[in-house]
Amino acid sequence: MLFNRFFRGLSHTSAWLVLTILFAIIIVLFHYSKSAIGDFGFFHFITNSKWIVGNDGNGGNFGGLIPILGTFLSSLIAMVFAIPIAMGIAIFLTEIAPEFLKAPVGIAVELLAAIPSIIYGMWGLFYFGPLLQSWFGGQSNSLLTAGVVLGIMVIPFMAALSRDAMNTTPSVLVESAYSMGATRYEVIKDIVFPFAKKGIIGSVILSLGRALGETMAVAFLIGGVFRFPNSLTSATISIPVLIANNFGEAGNLQLSAMFYMALILFIISFFTITIAKFYFLRKTD
Amino acid sequence: MKLAIQTKDFSFTYPKTKEATLKGINIPIYANKVTALIGPSGCGKSTLLRSCNRIHDVYPGNLYDGEILLYDNNGEKAENILQYKKENDLINLRQRIGMIFQKPTPFPMSIKDNITYGLKLSGIKNKTELLDRAEIALKGAALWEEVKDRLNNSAMGLSGGQQQRLCIARAVALKPQVLLFDEPTSALDPISTASIEELISELKNELTVLIVTHNMQQASRISDYTGFMYLGDLVEYDVTETIFLNPKEKKTEDYITGRFG
Ligand SMILES: Nc1ncnc2c1ncn2[C@@H]1O[C@H](COP(=O)(O)OP(=O)(O)OP(=O)(O)O)[C@@H](O)[C@H]1O
Ligand SMILES: [Mg+2]
Repeated sequence: MLFNRFFRGLSHTSAWLVLTILFAIIIVLFHYSKSAIGDFGFFHFITNSKWIVGNDGNGGNFGGLIPILGTFLSSLIAMVFAIPIAMGIAIFLTEIAPEFLKAPVGIAVELLAAIPSIIYGMWGLFYFGPLLQSWFGGQSNSLLTAGVVLGIMVIPFMAALSRDAMNTTPSVLVESAYSMGATRYEVIKDIVFPFAKKGIIGSVILSLGRALGETMAVAFLIGGVFRFPNSLTSATISIPVLIANNFGEAGNLQLSAMFYMALILFIISFFTITIAKFYFLRKTD
Repeated sequence: MKLAIQTKDFSFTYPKTKEATLKGINIPIYANKVTALIGPSGCGKSTLLRSCNRIHDVYPGNLYDGEILLYDNNGEKAENILQYKKENDLINLRQRIGMIFQKPTPFPMSIKDNITYGLKLSGIKNKTELLDRAEIALKGAALWEEVKDRLNNSAMGLSGGQQQRLCIARAVALKPQVLLFDEPTSALDPISTASIEELISELKNELTVLIVTHNMQQASRISDYTGFMYLGDLVEYDVTETIFLNPKEKKTEDYITGRFG
C-alpha cells in the first residue's frame, strides 16, 4: 500500500518535472533573447541575411536567415539521403537477411549508431569532403558535405529504430498475407510497412531532430562561414554551429541574438515533432 | 469420390530438430467434404496443415519428405506440391489453397481492401469486378449486412467474430479449391463459433475443407471425415461417425472419451 503510493507519487513527480524543465528552458531562452527580439522583430530577423558586430563590440545588425537555411537544408539533404538507405537496411534485417546474418549485421548497425559525432566530423573533413569535392566541384566543406555526412550519421539510428518497428509486425499477419499468394515484396509493401508506419515515421522524426540539432559534425563540415549558400556545394553555417563558434566572445546584443536563434531552433524542432506526430496519429486511428 | 489432396508417406522436420515432427503420414482429403484433424497438443496437426500450402517455407530450413498430391478440379490429375521450387509456383499453390488462422488476421487496411487484396494480387484490376466479387464474398460469409455501410472503414474496428468471417470471405473471394482452418473458432465466443461452423458447412458445396480443432463436438458436428493424430503419426482415419462411435484404435478411444490429451 505504502509502496504503491510511493511509486505513484514518484512517477507523478517525474512527469511534472519533465514539464517544468521544458517550461524553464523556454523561459530562459525567451528572457535572454528579449533584447534581440525587441531590436529586430520576427520577420525582419528571419529574413535578414546579415550578421555584423557593431564597432563598440556590443551592438550590431544580426539576422537569422542564413543559419536557418543552413540548418534546414543540411537536415533536408541528410533526410533525402538517409531515408531510402535506412529503410533498405531495416527491410533487409527484418525480411530478407538469412538468419545467421541478422544478428551480426544488426549489432554492427547498432555499434555504428554509437559512434560519437565528432568522429563522423573528422572522417568527413579529411576524407569524405574532399571526395565529394572531386566529384561535384565547389568547396570541400559545404552544405552537401555536411548534409550527406549527417545523413550517414543518422542512418544506423534510423535503421535500427525502423527495424524494431517492423519487427513488431505479428508473424501471423505476415503468414496470412503469404497465404493469400503475396510475394515477399508485396508483404513488405502491404503489411510490414503499414503496420510499422507509426514507428517508422517516429524513427525519421527522431533522426530529423538529431540532424537539426547536431553541432560537432556540422561544425567540422559546413564551412562555418556566414555566407548565403548559392549552391549545394557552397560553404555556409547552421544555427548550432553559429552559436558554438561565437558564444565565447559575443557582446550583449550578439549574445541575445544567439539566444534568439536557439529559441527559433527549439521552436522548429518542437513543431517538426508535433506536426509529424499529429499527422501520423490521425492516420492510424 | 473425388480426391482433393492426398499425402503419401509424408514426413516433415523443423530446422534444428533431430527427429521428424511428422512421420510417414498417409491421409486422403476428399473433395467437397470437411475433414477434421484432432489429437493432443503438439501432435503435429498444425504442422500437417501448414505443409499443404507450403506456408512453412516463409521460414528457411524445413525438410519435407514423401509426397503431397494436389488434384485438379476433376480429381484426376495430381501434382506433388513438394516439388515446387519457384516463388511463382508457391503463389499459385496458395491461391488454390487458402488458409484461416486461429486468431483473426485482418490486414491494416479497409474492409473493402481486405476482401479485394488477394484478387488484386492475382491480377484483377477492374474496379467493378473487384467490388462485385467483394460483395459476393461478404454475402457468402454472412457479413454483408453488417459491413455494407462501412466498407471503407478499417477492418481493425470489427469484432473478433466479424474479423474471422472477414478473413474467410477474403480467402473465399479467391475461389480456392481447398481451405485450411487452424482452430478457427478457439478465440471466439459461442455465437460467433456457431456462425463460423455454419459457414464452413455451406462452403462444402464450393470447395474442400481441412480443419484442425480441439473441440470434439465441433469435429463431430461439421466434419465428414476425421483423422486422429498422436506424436507425429496419423493413428486412425475414418468416417467421422466411426471415429467417434466406433474407433478401432485404443488410443483414439482414450482421446475422444477424454482419458488423456
Ligand atoms: N517452428 C518450429 N520449430 C521447431 N519445432 C516446432 C516448431 N513449430 C512446432 N514445433 C514442434 O512440432 C510439434 C508439432 O507442433 P504443432 O504446432 O504441429 O502441434 P499441434 O498439433 O498443432 O498442437 P496444438 O494443438 O497445440 O496447436 C510440437 O512438438 C512443436 O513443439
Ligand atoms: Mg496447432
